[in-house]
Amino acid sequence: MVKVLVDDTEQECEEGMTVLQACEQAGVEIPHFCYHDRLSIAGNCRMCLVEVSPGPPKPQASCALPISEGMAITTDSPSLRAARKGVMEFLLINHPLDCPICDQGGECDLQDQALAYGFERGRFVENKRSVGEKFMGPLVKTVMTRCIHCTRCVRFANEVAGVDTIGMLGRGEDVEITTLEQTLDSELSGNVIDLCPVGALTAKPSAFRARSWEVDKTFGIDVMDAVGSNIRIDSKDGRVLRILPRLHEDVNEEWLSDKARFSCDGLTRQRLDQPYVRKEGKLQAVEWQEALALVAQKTRQARARCAALAGNHCDLESLYALKKLLQGQGSQMFDARQGGAQFDPSLRGGYLFNTTIARVAEVDALLIVGANPREDAPTLNARVRQAWLHGKLRRAYGVGVRCDLTYPCHWLDDKPQRLLKIAAGKDGVFETLSMAKRPMLMVGYDALERSDGKEIWRLCGAIAEKAKMVREDWNGFNLLHRSASAVGASELGFNRGLEGVQSLLVAMAKGCVDVTFVMEADDFDTEALDRCFTVYIGHHGERTAQVADVILPSAAYTEKSGTWINMEGRVQRGFAAVSPPGKAQASWRILRALSETLGAAPAWNDLQGLRENLTKEHPELGEQDRPLKAAWTSLGKAGALREEAIVARCDNYYMTDPVSRASETMSACTRTRRELRTAASRTSASQASRP
Amino acid sequence: MSFFTFFNKHLRAFLLQELLQGMWLTLRSMFRPKHTLNYPYEKGPLSPRFRGEHALRRYPNGEERCIACKLCEAVCPAQAITIDSEPRDDGSRRATRYDIDMTKCIYCGLCQEACPVDAIVQGPNFEFATETREELFYDKQKLLDNGDRWEEALAANLKRDAPYR
Repeated sequence: MVKVLVDDTEQECEEGMTVLQACEQAGVEIPHFCYHDRLSIAGNCRMCLVEVSPGPPKPQASCALPISEGMAITTDSPSLRAARKGVMEFLLINHPLDCPICDQGGECDLQDQALAYGFERGRFVENKRSVGEKFMGPLVKTVMTRCIHCTRCVRFANEVAGVDTIGMLGRGEDVEITTLEQTLDSELSGNVIDLCPVGALTAKPSAFRARSWEVDKTFGIDVMDAVGSNIRIDSKDGRVLRILPRLHEDVNEEWLSDKARFSCDGLTRQRLDQPYVRKEGKLQAVEWQEALALVAQKTRQARARCAALAGNHCDLESLYALKKLLQGQGSQMFDARQGGAQFDPSLRGGYLFNTTIARVAEVDALLIVGANPREDAPTLNARVRQAWLHGKLRRAYGVGVRCDLTYPCHWLDDKPQRLLKIAAGKDGVFETLSMAKRPMLMVGYDALERSDGKEIWRLCGAIAEKAKMVREDWNGFNLLHRSASAVGASELGFNRGLEGVQSLLVAMAKGCVDVTFVMEADDFDTEALDRCFTVYIGHHGERTAQVADVILPSAAYTEKSGTWINMEGRVQRGFAAVSPPGKAQASWRILRALSETLGAAPAWNDLQGLRENLTKEHPELGEQDRPLKAAWTSLGKAGALREEAIVARCDNYYMTDPVSRASETMSACTRTRRELRTAASRTSASQASRP
Repeated sequence: MSFFTFFNKHLRAFLLQELLQGMWLTLRSMFRPKHTLNYPYEKGPLSPRFRGEHALRRYPNGEERCIACKLCEAVCPAQAITIDSEPRDDGSRRATRYDIDMTKCIYCGLCQEACPVDAIVQGPNFEFATETREELFYDKQKLLDNGDRWEEALAANLKRDAPYR
């Protein structure tokens, strides 16, 4: 520990901290633009000036100055104020006075700090510099004249996102941030908008639509991936305008993936806003009573021949209500794995991300099986990259589809048979894993959604056991979920009735199912639903709605208060930002009404009561924001594997669910990425053909 | 009361002194300049800072000035202004909706103070009484029409007031 004096108060700081960090620890605000906690230090805005003694008799940039024992730091003095005013005046020389038309207006660091630390007038009468706009893809709008060259975006792209498409060109006054007319090919590109301290990089989809002070801010949980990123939903006039990340050190830090951030415009398109019933082959709009009465009648006839399939976005409350409804009918046929991921939902240690997301930063050896963490969980992948950048992660191996993870990964094979060799403990990969201090194994849905998924899952468990990945203070076995509802459904026992969607389809083919409830699930073979009476509880008119016999419109994740469990078993609650469109209702409410129509009204009448019942039955889910504890149990002996390569189950990161498929922004992203890939393959082809 | 005051009072009443004083005042006023105006045919002078009916102005080339910065909406103490904005086809920031509820407005003039482009102004017109309440819910078109109708006076007022700002 090092002792320093910050404005005459003694402060104990860790060694290696900078003066700026020491001041922040002491609770003194130092104005800054280029410094950011999670990026490397650049020291080029010169705003964070402080006086230190012993030291040179001039103000020092505190962000790049390490503390030393006995250092006395002055953060406010007449000369410092004059120096800051001077720096601010220089920053504003080339910054246009277009705050009224700038989207950053109201949440702009430059605006705030110019007010607090700046000079009240401009004395610059010469022509201001102007810079042409740069193309940064369909998400980021650029007004480069406003740029103050803090290089946060460049550092973010290089360090966190792991793409080298943003850079700085020129010197002095001619300096420019540029992407050389390329799109930012990263799943985390939207974060540069939050990072930009001025209005140079702003969000294109929500451009000019609202001011930061007039939006309603609601805290929510993201469901686009299983990370459970904490989000803030900004809405205006009952419409979700934009989604921003909320700081949570153990989950998403302050990053958010592009799909989570920008797919919200899909929430207003293709929505189901009233109940429909199929009459004479055509779906016709009806009132709730009629639709519920019909479903109740069919359910009563079917009794135990009811089944249910839940999708990726479902909250705990809805899953619980649906499970209770089916159990009330004597049916045990329910599942929330519409992709058919195979794992045993009774073994908590086998389906959690046991390492926990925060401890990914400690990993030193990694084996990825059938997953693409860059697309399945972009914020998590950024953490793995950090481990690699800081020199902790030495070796990363992959079995599955070769992909660019932004850190070097040695792709061993795309056939799962390679795992047998590792499990036998005969090759170098096993040795690296077993010698490592913090080894980690990530098995993903690309492997688990195969018909022999369970065998691969068991084999991974065996590797984890044999390589001693599971220790007292460390658990290296991880299941990388793609679905935000997977862990919640497993915890509730919703996944125990069936073995993924395949077994439901088999049951349907056998004619064992009369009524199927499909809750927000569209990504499976919906044609099979023809065989039975299908009730779709969902919010988007998509694949399942096409074949459904009754449609009960439900609320999307921004429109209901709900609880989700992320892949590490963290129970988190989100709140309703806007009301659902038309006559749509939250799914738990629909299921409550349906149970009542069936004459089997549950004991609870409202969300509070539902939650009380749920936590009474599952007491461990009552505690929020702490990963669930999982004792390790053997996953069982693996059977035979198929001689078939693992293939990517999801070909387009931007469109994986009804919300993102309905989003215009996501389709623009898809188009841009396709063009980028085509151009890249053309370039490589022409290079290959050159003699 | 003494005899003298009693006599004086009754003499003045008998000689109609107060009446004559009043008539003398009337007679004098008949030859003085008039204080009243024959409204609506005559109107009094207005300050260039007079805060009357609102108008949205245009640039001389016909382009509307309002850039939908929403500062007037934010500053309005009566919350009478509602603005929606969107990028126009040419990429510029424009208001798709600019409503003022004239029944809420307290005519404080903060909107025109806040406007960075002199788009929303309160003009010299104070004669906009309507028969129905709905007519006082102004939309963007109404405000722009006001601006077109009053532009000459508005520009002159702004120019006259400019030295004192």
